[in-house]
Amino acid sequence: MSGTLDKLKLSLSRTKDSILGRITRVVKRRRIDDDLLEEIEQILIEADVGVKATTRLIDRIRETAKERNLSEGADVVTLLKDEIATILIKEDGQLFSDEDIKPVVWIITGVNGVGKTTTIGKLATQFAGEGKKVIIGACDTFRAAAIDQIAIWAERSGVDIIRSQEGADPAAVAFDAASAAKAREADILLLDTAGRLHTKSNLMEELKKVRRVVQKAAPEATIYSKLIIDGNTGQNALAQTSVFMEAIGCDGLIITKLDGTAKGGVVIAVAEELGVQVDFIGLGEGIDDLQRFDSREFAEALFT
Amino acid sequence: MFSNLTDKLELVFKKIRGHGKLSEKNIKDSLREVRQALLEADVNYKVARDFIKAVEQKAVGTQVLQSIDPGQQIVKIVHDELVTLLGGSTEALAPIDKTPTVYMICGLQGSGKTTLAAKIALLTKRKNKKSLVVAADIYRPAAVKQLKVLADSIQVEHFHLEGKTPQEICHEAIRYAGKNFIDLVILDTAGRLHINDQMMTELEEIKALVKPDELLLVADSMTGQDAVNVAEEFHRRLSITGIALSKLDGDARGGAAISIRKVTGCPIKLASMGEKPGDLEPFHPDRMASRILGMGDIVSLVEKAQETVDLDKAQKMQEKLLSAQFDLEDFLEQMGQLKKLGPLESIVGMIPGISRQLKGIQIDERDMERMAAIIKSMTIEERHHPHIIDGSRKKRIALGSGNSVQAVNQLLKQFSAMQKMFDNIGKKKFKGLPKGLMPFSMIR
Ligand SMILES: Nc1nc2c(ncn2[C@@H]2O[C@H](COP(=O)(O)OP(=O)(O)OP(=O)(O)O)[C@@H](O)[C@H]2O)c(=O)[nH]1
Ligand SMILES: Nc1nc2c(ncn2[C@@H]2O[C@H](COP(=O)(O)OP(=O)(O)OP(=O)(O)O)[C@@H](O)[C@H]2O)c(=O)[nH]1
Ligand SMILES: [Mg+2]
Ligand SMILES: [Mg+2]
Repeated sequence: MSGTLDKLKLSLSRTKDSILGRITRVVKRRRIDDDLLEEIEQILIEADVGVKATTRLIDRIRETAKERNLSEGADVVTLLKDEIATILIKEDGQLFSDEDIKPVVWIITGVNGVGKTTTIGKLATQFAGEGKKVIIGACDTFRAAAIDQIAIWAERSGVDIIRSQEGADPAAVAFDAASAAKAREADILLLDTAGRLHTKSNLMEELKKVRRVVQKAAPEATIYSKLIIDGNTGQNALAQTSVFMEAIGCDGLIITKLDGTAKGGVVIAVAEELGVQVDFIGLGEGIDDLQRFDSREFAEALFT
Repeated sequence: MFSNLTDKLELVFKKIRGHGKLSEKNIKDSLREVRQALLEADVNYKVARDFIKAVEQKAVGTQVLQSIDPGQQIVKIVHDELVTLLGGSTEALAPIDKTPTVYMICGLQGSGKTTLAAKIALLTKRKNKKSLVVAADIYRPAAVKQLKVLADSIQVEHFHLEGKTPQEICHEAIRYAGKNFIDLVILDTAGRLHINDQMMTELEEIKALVKPDELLLVADSMTGQDAVNVAEEFHRRLSITGIALSKLDGDARGGAAISIRKVTGCPIKLASMGEKPGDLEPFHPDRMASRILGMGDIVSLVEKAQETVDLDKAQKMQEKLLSAQFDLEDFLEQMGQLKKLGPLESIVGMIPGISRQLKGIQIDERDMERMAAIIKSMTIEERHHPHIIDGSRKKRIALGSGNSVQAVNQLLKQFSAMQKMFDNIGKKKFKGLPKGLMPFSMIR
């Protein structure tokens, strides 16, 4: 566990170094003017915050600076910190609610190759470690060896898996998994779904069906859909989130692969434009490389 | 989410026309829109900045100031520059002329390497050459099995050695291929971060051992600004020879293509267009340029239509789709053709910005049967002029087709929405484009 924390610190400090460090260097002994704001704009865009979100951020900084009569370049950091924190901090950033009825079902979704299956392995390990009874449903019956892959993760995390054959109806697996989770009185059911591009409406329909079928098998169960976003993703993350949201809802994001050099600015853009909370961040391929996303901590860590 | 550059430029130039002459400032204004479009398409900030500078010099220096239609001129210059930057023309993979020729595939986690290995193998098989796919990913759970399943599905030989290092596996595979008259060896390596020194060293070692004829970097077309760092580092350590862009079947604008091409100078050779082994196409710089600028990929659409449906009919369909003349009779006639093209969304999805509009319309394959039945129960007159269909006609059609009146209503509503949408595309997006850019001029 402490390994994970170290990793997070390292990763955050890298993010911090890249965004804040650069901004701090840029603003040193300068006054707030158009040139300076343009340099800050560059830094934000290069972090994948996106043109629109960046423009809004910069505009607000410009305004606030004027209102409060701030002219020191260094003030920009404080203002940016406030702005980004406001965007990222969600009041009820909770994973579970007291009203949840077991088995709580997490449908894990996302476009191809973002890290869904790996993340389920990590989640199962964490939840099982907290003493919860976890079951995994292998609903990706499409991709080659997807079932074998999730089965290995189930074994590594020591939890039960409900699986079928390649080519089987994913909804049928979902039904079986939900029935089993109910019968075995599981706390959490994690459903691994096939990667799908949000533009393919037949596949999005398939996903809706998975949700409907879970509801049928376990009518009382509380269902959450979690969307996985690859931290390397650029502006397409916005389209992904909004389309998945519309199809089966989105109760939280998990941003993976933030152990690379991508800055994760996508978090800011998506949170601002779509108001979705971020639950976890993925920091590697190992079973412990998943960290709870704490917006306050994240915003703080970025700016202290 | 998409902002159409051509629309935006039209606005800019409308303003200019009102003010008379085109000035350097006007060019700057329009190029600001271009820059924004590039950034929204995920072109790296610095790459976009340099690009705009280059275009500005070109634009100010020559044609534009005297030109009659500055909007078209600027779009053309930008488009042409992008095409040049993307490599101009389609570049082929290294020839398969040794026994064995070796292709090595590398890239970040989840970018699409294993799938690409199978795709290239299938392509090679179709050229009547023998390939061997090599599983050198010993880390990811079930990675070996994944490649095996894919290889079996296309009946291509698969190679792996349990308990050996990736270096050993690759080295042995080449030896095996030499002895077994294999034309092409395709090495599938594990996904890795460009900053993971140990894993990058592994690739360097494999490269030194197998001396690949083609070293491909697979890049996800949805990648953001960081594409430059990834590509730069892979290239610095491995001197890659080509790039494959994956997941182009989505709606990402794919600006990373520009960034990667710019920082590596390597040609983009392949376009991965789906999850199945057959979903691979050569990379076309001109189409990519249009896509990045938000101008659509009508050329691909037309080509796809040509492959699967009668050419004359495809042309007619295209023209009718984008004019207001598309009626229910055409709809019925083309329904069979459309079905052959594959899921309608994926066809229409090639036109950027449309897939979202289409969502309100939702044409499902299953629905198509029902729709066909309804249309078949209409008179020819009704099919040509749906507006004459009143309440009693609806009842008759419903009865005749075994559907409810609601279903008939729904079809009419959907059809009219679709007609409107295609009409809009036909009018808005392609009006005012210079001839060379007008996608349809290619088929006329
Ligand atoms: N560096 C890094 N790699 C990761 C992370 N999460 C997943 N990966 C890797 O990304 C690749 C894809 O992960 P998967 O879990 O198979 O992704 P998926 O979304 O299930 O993929 P599909 O089911 O094929 O759509 C694998 O090589 C994983 O090891 C992460 O946080 N950091
Ligand atoms: N839609 C779409 N999906 C693709 C494409 N290429 C690959 N995929 C999917 O993307 C996911 C990852 O592909 P893989 O081939 O496993 O990627 P990889 O680079 O080998 O992954 P690692 O070995 O884990 O690094 C799978 O779900 C593939 O089916 C493509 O062109 N379009
Ligand atoms: Mg998976
Ligand atoms: Mg692979």
